[in-house]
Amino acid sequence: MVVETEVIRHEYLRHDKKFPHVWCPGCGNGIVLGSLLRAIHELGLPKDDVVVASGIGCSSRLTTYIDFNTLHTTHGRALTFATGVKLAKPRLKVITVMGDGDATAIGGNHFIHAARRNINITAVIINNSTYGMTGGQYSPTTPYGSKSTTSVYGHVEHDFSIAELAVTAGAVFVARGTVYHAAQLDKLLEQAITKRGFSVVEVISNCHVQHGRRNKLGDAVTMITGFRDRAVPVAKAAKMSAEEMRGKFTIGVLCDVDKPVSSEEYDRIRQESCQLPQ
Amino acid sequence: MASPETGQRLLLQGNEAVVHGALAAGCRFFAGYPITPASEISELLSVMLPKVGGTFIQMEDEIASMGAIIGASLAGVKSMTATSGPGFSLMQENLGYACITEVPCVVVNVMRGGPSTGLPTNVSQGDVLMARWGTHGDHPIIVLAVSSVADCFSITVRAFNLSEKYRVPVILLSDEVVAHTRECVVLPSQDKIRVVDRIAPSVPPEWYKPYADNNRGVPDMASFGEGYRHHVTGLVHDERGYPTQQPKEIESFLMRLHDKITKGFSEIMITKTQMMEDADVCVIAYGCVSRAAMQAIKMARAHGIKAGMLQLITLFPFPRKAVDAALRQCSAAIVPELNLGQMAREINRVNQTGTRVVKYNRIDGQMITPDEILKQILGVS
Amino acid sequence: MNSEPRYEIRFSGSGGQGIITAAVVLADAVGTLDGKYVCQTQSYGPEARGGKSKAEVVMCAEPIDYPKAMQIDLLLSMTQASCDAYFFDIKPDGLLVVDAGLVEQLPTSRAVAIPFTKIARKEIGRELVANMVALGAIGYLSGQVNLKNLEKTLLSRVPKGTENMNRDALQAGIDEAKKVDLASLPRSFANEWEAEV
Repeated sequence: MVVETEVIRHEYLRHDKKFPHVWCPGCGNGIVLGSLLRAIHELGLPKDDVVVASGIGCSSRLTTYIDFNTLHTTHGRALTFATGVKLAKPRLKVITVMGDGDATAIGGNHFIHAARRNINITAVIINNSTYGMTGGQYSPTTPYGSKSTTSVYGHVEHDFSIAELAVTAGAVFVARGTVYHAAQLDKLLEQAITKRGFSVVEVISNCHVQHGRRNKLGDAVTMITGFRDRAVPVAKAAKMSAEEMRGKFTIGVLCDVDKPVSSEEYDRIRQESCQLPQ
Repeated sequence: MASPETGQRLLLQGNEAVVHGALAAGCRFFAGYPITPASEISELLSVMLPKVGGTFIQMEDEIASMGAIIGASLAGVKSMTATSGPGFSLMQENLGYACITEVPCVVVNVMRGGPSTGLPTNVSQGDVLMARWGTHGDHPIIVLAVSSVADCFSITVRAFNLSEKYRVPVILLSDEVVAHTRECVVLPSQDKIRVVDRIAPSVPPEWYKPYADNNRGVPDMASFGEGYRHHVTGLVHDERGYPTQQPKEIESFLMRLHDKITKGFSEIMITKTQMMEDADVCVIAYGCVSRAAMQAIKMARAHGIKAGMLQLITLFPFPRKAVDAALRQCSAAIVPELNLGQMAREINRVNQTGTRVVKYNRIDGQMITPDEILKQILGVS
Repeated sequence: MNSEPRYEIRFSGSGGQGIITAAVVLADAVGTLDGKYVCQTQSYGPEARGGKSKAEVVMCAEPIDYPKAMQIDLLLSMTQASCDAYFFDIKPDGLLVVDAGLVEQLPTSRAVAIPFTKIARKEIGRELVANMVALGAIGYLSGQVNLKNLEKTLLSRVPKGTENMNRDALQAGIDEAKKVDLASLPRSFANEWEAEV
């Protein structure tokens, strides 16, 4: 395992980029980065054929460190750029990495339409319930009553669930994992990347520095082990009452269906109408 | 190849000619969102692009359209979007991204009355300064204005060529009148059209520095998926493409973005003069208004007045040399615009000889007529 | 002024009457087949049906600078409202052509009234092609377009299966216009008394 980690570290990180990275000690982003690299490594995807696009925020800095074709875009817009890349060069494997505010507040419209459109793209959303980079303001996934730098009296709005939103919007593969369940996350990412169509993996992560500290949720270790206690596998959750699920969330594959992929449909139209000599 | 109708005399709308120009220039990706008076461009491209192996997509808004064309261009495909004022406002954020990451792309803005929803079906030239300064920060950009259906074809080709050569977004300003006017044009065959493509790196991938300076000031551009893995970011970056906060690197990078345009001034600044040889009075105009201006100049000549025309096709970088020459030659210049004087301000800025610059403006959604311009010419003669 | 005179036709009516289609067909025939310079413009309203509709065709042997009409040589009005609204900038010796059934109050006696809609309904069987009856009439009355080219262009632009109907409509308009004696009209709006002399 150690050897494998060394191989991945050597093979997939950008060594000409001056480390250290921007993430705080104990941040869950690094665990997601590790999972993503292991999944790509396991799938044997050539580095030249992988494009990773991100938006703006702590999680989106991930693209800086990994040795693929990387695209650090504007806030909330990663999926729009990814759509252009994928349609222009369909042979590329396109993955986006976004945060909760990035993907579902400023980028919410792009997110639901990418799910509806069903282009072959994987969206990884790291959900730490806050805007960490800008100083801990409330995000669409900040729980009701929580404190943040813009809700010091307690948050008066309600959060929504990213994974369930993705299911409703039409994503063909939706999974939720956590930074505690790293081994499971590797597998979920592999499944998502292999899936034909728009796939979403929501990763519950910790920002102990902003969200955790203001809400007395403890240090990184406490927060991450808290995910272990609150996460319930999808199959088990199905047998539990709403009361039993209070304060908990499901992990695993929430949705896995097959639908025509619009980029492939368009390929067909193009082939039929193309007047160029083949 | 791009247009099966090449060589024939065709009655086309301005918006249709933009489509044929884009295809002839090699555009193979379009993302857009419905908006009057630009929608015909989307509609025709949705028919034409798949026929030439290209891609059309209607996105969820103009922000997404702009993001998608940048993504497609990074994958190596020439890309365009088309919109009008409200959509152009939404594109500004990602337009800045294209400027700082030096991604070639063409944005067509068919101008209509503003601000806000304004006058969706009426003509205007109210977005001229927005086209130059709409996105935040000091940034390089090229803005071209079309005045006829023939222009819509040829200047669209130019827009793509300049965008590819200088790795800069090019704004093509059309307007409701030019967009919807039908005129006859003969589209040149593909071999008669000069098409410029971005230069791909010739060094092996391990030597490739995506933002390194060279004698042109325009780095070679690798497409995603061709072995040249690199990082593209909207943060100010060093020559390897990684974020930097070193003042020296910041300054040399941002200055290069501006200098590459300065180096190309002679090619980028396109103007057209008519009847200027002996002119005492000139009309400086662009877009549909230059059509009214030319008519007025001929009317003035019939009155015995030596009037001439300076038509600006490139609005930005501002064609200072041509404007300066016209101002030095003439005792007065009339600047008719369908705004409150956005280019007149620029013209006054370079007016070193104290030449009388007379603005004539309409913002009521109607064209300026030749009679109105003639009255201005007579007023200064 | 231009050494070569411009000829300007304005088509007017209400949305849905096919005003713009008629103007485009004329412009296409004159520009593409007759080989003259031509500019066709139109006013856009937010509504798809109803409301005033206007389209203009400017033609000239030389390149056209100002693309919109400045002084109308021929105004076609298919409704009273459009006639009232768009009559103002017609030339003194210009010609007004109206749908006799829909425009009752003529602002001038230098006018030709032909029941385009009624002809379309009674002779062709479809009111829809009133615009093509009108196009035939003004094609003839203006003397600015080769009528063979006009028909050829029309047939290339209409939906398959409607060619005969459109050809008949165009021809009905031409035939009706041939019955008009332009010489009997006053030479100018300023000299309307001439007609009675």
